[in-house]
Amino acid sequence: MSDLTRMTATEIAALVAGGEISAVEVTRAHLDRIAAVDDRVHAFLHVDTEGALAAAGAVDERRAAGEELGPLAGVPVAVKDVLATRGVPTTVGSKILEGWRPPYDATIVQRLRDAGTVMLGKTNMDEFAMGSSTEYSAYGPTHNPWDLSRIPGGSGGGSAAALAAYEAPLAIGSDTGGSIRQPGAVTGTVGAKPTYGGTSRYGLVAFSSSLDTPGPCARNVLDAALLHQVIGGHDPRDSTSIPQPVPDVVAAAKLGATGDLTGVRLGIVSEFVGEGAEPGVMTAFRESVDALTKMGAEIVEISCPTFAYALPAYYLIAPSECSSNLARFDGVRFGLRVGDDGNRSLEEVMSLTRETGFGPEVKRRIMIGTYALSSGYYDAYYGQAQKVRTLITRDFTAAFEQVDALISPTTPSVAFPIGARTADPYQMYLADLYTIPTNLYGGPGISVPCGLSEGLPVGLQVMAPTMADDRMYRVAAALESAVGTFTPPAL
Amino acid sequence: MAAISREEVAHLARLSRLAVTEEELDTFAGQLDVILQAVAQVGEVAAADIPPTSHSVPLTNIFREDVVTPCLTPQEVLSGAPDAEDQRFRVPRILSEDVAS
Repeated sequence: MSDLTRMTATEIAALVAGGEISAVEVTRAHLDRIAAVDDRVHAFLHVDTEGALAAAGAVDERRAAGEELGPLAGVPVAVKDVLATRGVPTTVGSKILEGWRPPYDATIVQRLRDAGTVMLGKTNMDEFAMGSSTEYSAYGPTHNPWDLSRIPGGSGGGSAAALAAYEAPLAIGSDTGGSIRQPGAVTGTVGAKPTYGGTSRYGLVAFSSSLDTPGPCARNVLDAALLHQVIGGHDPRDSTSIPQPVPDVVAAAKLGATGDLTGVRLGIVSEFVGEGAEPGVMTAFRESVDALTKMGAEIVEISCPTFAYALPAYYLIAPSECSSNLARFDGVRFGLRVGDDGNRSLEEVMSLTRETGFGPEVKRRIMIGTYALSSGYYDAYYGQAQKVRTLITRDFTAAFEQVDALISPTTPSVAFPIGARTADPYQMYLADLYTIPTNLYGGPGISVPCGLSEGLPVGLQVMAPTMADDRMYRVAAALESAVGTFTPPAL
Repeated sequence: MAAISREEVAHLARLSRLAVTEEELDTFAGQLDVILQAVAQVGEVAAADIPPTSHSVPLTNIFREDVVTPCLTPQEVLSGAPDAEDQRFRVPRILSEDVAS
């Protein structure tokens, strides 16, 4: 294996800026690695060899011309296939968009280009980001580099697996109920969900618009913070974008890395350390709590009783929004059209197109959402779920009056075997038990590797108040300085 | 008792514009029933006087400056369409035969 693929983004950027390696060399090393392992991992749906080498070449030219380069210039990035990329196929893991090449870039993709990062390609995901294992991708599952027979999490399993397999040093994900953090946890990588509105949704294929949050994925906390800084911040093209600067997450990550948490108060969510989690997950979590205490953090337990209802509320709110958002896939403006034989009506063609183009989980969620929004059920389901959302927000607000951040395991279990939960959709939903409350509240959350259980990675989640993303980076970086990073067995 | 019947699932599929098969109806009816019974737990929370939250960011209407900015060309806009004609999206027949005649 080439050493270049083992480097951190921070190291690569420094070497490129100093002229010690070229961005083209770095890019080729990662493209070679993808060619060598991705037939087994299947992290990528599309590799943009030509575009990547051209972008890398442009960085090298700018450096040669003496131009100032950004902090991540020349660093390869893998982008979840949920973001529109101009001229580069964007499928959202669905057959309904197979072959679509967007005529524009998502804001985040534009910012990645402006920063001189090199987009390697598009990563696999559960169809429309609905799933927790990447098995609901219409293009086949991604395999966890720690054990190829296991899931890499989802929906952003492709991005997380690309990092763990050393196919990319940085990746972009999107988190609606845990789709960045849960894959991070089960692949031993770092995944951060920014504050809702802290990263632009322009060009992100919509699933649940009040929850969808794109964010950074990396192999270490500082790299994630650097990527967060590049992609975050106000975007006039997204009406829910927060018109404030990104908190200084890079400085917070560097502060945390000193290993000093004196004066920091952390709350363990009582509801998430009970019988629901696997013993191995709890052991790693408890050891991490000890490490945080040794670094000076003051730790208390805090009860957030309504968090127990976050999962059912989420699985009403997200499907409701999805049933509305996915109405745009009507076989008219983009993507698939089926059965247009000149005799069938628009409605028949639409129904055949959607039947053929959507997979089973997407259909289930559209129907659940349609049910929850229909008259007669609205108050008991969608309306009630929105009230529960208010109560969950109040639990967070009350907790943050007592502590700076909340912590919990990221997931109840380590990576499960491929195929273990596909027959029982609700079992699949339980993988997001601990990550969902943050999405309903809108605050930031990060998963950082905290140990191994039976040879598989365990993640610790840090949840912070809205627009206090810097706090979670500080705690995560401190933990990382104590427990280190985790390397999967050679592929 | 089941929360949802096979017939109701067929109705939802129709509303959702999904031409589901008979086999899918059998599978979905069971799965949606499990899911709906689980999510119905939200009803256990006493929340009668609690205001709903639709969104975590306090939103007011946001207006942009009314200035002309560059946009996609018709060719770019239609580039992903399954069918186009005269710079427009072409759609299948909207009216049924008897209405049209």
